[in-house]
Amino acid sequence: MRTTYIILFMIGLVILWLIWMYNSLIRKRNRVDEAWSDIEVQLKRRYDLIPNVMETVKGYASHEQGVFQKVTEARTQAMGAKNAHEQAAAENVLSNTLKTLFAVAENYPDLKANANFLDLQRELADTENKIQSARRFFNSTILDYNSYIQSFPTNIMASVFGFGKKEFFDLEDNHPAQEPVKVSF
Amino acid sequence: MSLFFGVVIAIGWIFSGAYGNPSILYFAVFFSILMNVVGYWFSDKIALALHHAKPVEMKSNPELYRILENLSITAGLPMPKFYLIQDPAPNAFATGRNPKNASVAVTTGLLEKLERSELEGVLAHELSHIGNRDMLVSTVAVVLVGFVSIVADMFMRSMWFGGMSNDDDRGKAGGFLVIIGILLSILAPIFASLIHLAISRRREFLADASGALLTRYPEGLASALGKIASYGRPIRTATNATAHLFFENPFGADRDGDGIPDHKQKTPWIVKIFSTHPPIEERIKILKNLKV
Repeated sequence: MRTTYIILFMIGLVILWLIWMYNSLIRKRNRVDEAWSDIEVQLKRRYDLIPNVMETVKGYASHEQGVFQKVTEARTQAMGAKNAHEQAAAENVLSNTLKTLFAVAENYPDLKANANFLDLQRELADTENKIQSARRFFNSTILDYNSYIQSFPTNIMASVFGFGKKEFFDLEDNHPAQEPVKVSF
Repeated sequence: MSLFFGVVIAIGWIFSGAYGNPSILYFAVFFSILMNVVGYWFSDKIALALHHAKPVEMKSNPELYRILENLSITAGLPMPKFYLIQDPAPNAFATGRNPKNASVAVTTGLLEKLERSELEGVLAHELSHIGNRDMLVSTVAVVLVGFVSIVADMFMRSMWFGGMSNDDDRGKAGGFLVIIGILLSILAPIFASLIHLAISRRREFLADASGALLTRYPEGLASALGKIASYGRPIRTATNATAHLFFENPFGADRDGDGIPDHKQKTPWIVKIFSTHPPIEERIKILKNLKV
């Protein structure tokens, strides 16, 4: 009689432990999704800023059609990306075309002095920093999730319920931390 | 806070002993736990009011605001309320009962003396305190030790009671236990503060490490600590009540008043165990050895 109770108690403990493990898996996966939506918020902000920047530049340099077209194409490409991998590639292309756009703007002293343009440039730079920040948070949640589903014994639970390994979001990072930007207040 | 807690319990213990009535001690413990919980709930408002903190706005100081905003995104925390304290001593603190109700404050001295990467290190350290829920940890520590002292007192009383009912059987062992019980009850409030302080120091190291992980640049935090350590004078509004909140001890680097900054000397262990923060030279050494 007594041993039956002990066995039942042990089984109960094991069931509780399995429930806890499953819930941790769900929680970690949801955190990854939440972190991804943080990146999307910042990416969206960048997509919204780009047409404004282009309009301002067009006012001074309307004949640089080739650059405008490239930026517009890259933006459309990035907005239509279907997965993280595609997104990362498209964002890198977009960043590069934007660099070209600003390099072009360098040739127009009037444009460089335009307050509106400077504001937009600052906004865009800030958004790019925020994308990097959000990306690093996303990657840290991915690291957490991936190590959890790959370690024993959660890997069994993960494969039973189909929790797959997730990909890091890799953007070209210009390593702001390793080369500190000197800004005085 | 823990010192206050200890004193209240000690007074409660003395009175309850004098009147032979345990309810006074229980009341004292209850009162100080209540104070701690209230302090935990309103810590942000109390601390910010004590130091005359003014909010930092996106409009008035976009550079500064954005540093904290971006670090919060990296840490995956909501943007805390951001305050500035008019004080030439470089320091910072974080407070609030949970990440949603958190505040970070920096002194004007900190902004003047630090480079951007160092400031990022300090702010990442403060954000880590919020992310690690250090306010909650500290409150729980104090409340737990409070219960320990109640249990110690009950234990002692039950022994006295038992001892009196059969006086004849009371041998050497009984007397010995009574002495231990008395010692425990006296030492409980002291242990309360010591354990709280030890936890506070552990959490500082932890915040240093998680802060370094956020910026991926521990050297920034290390050199900020060096600069803060070499600044001798205390914060004008420094009080014991909020000392444990700060980035580094707000009473200044030369606490023993011998004219030599403390970080150039070896910290005696007795000073160490009664400090809210670990010795600065130890923090710098650990940060320099970090690999991220």
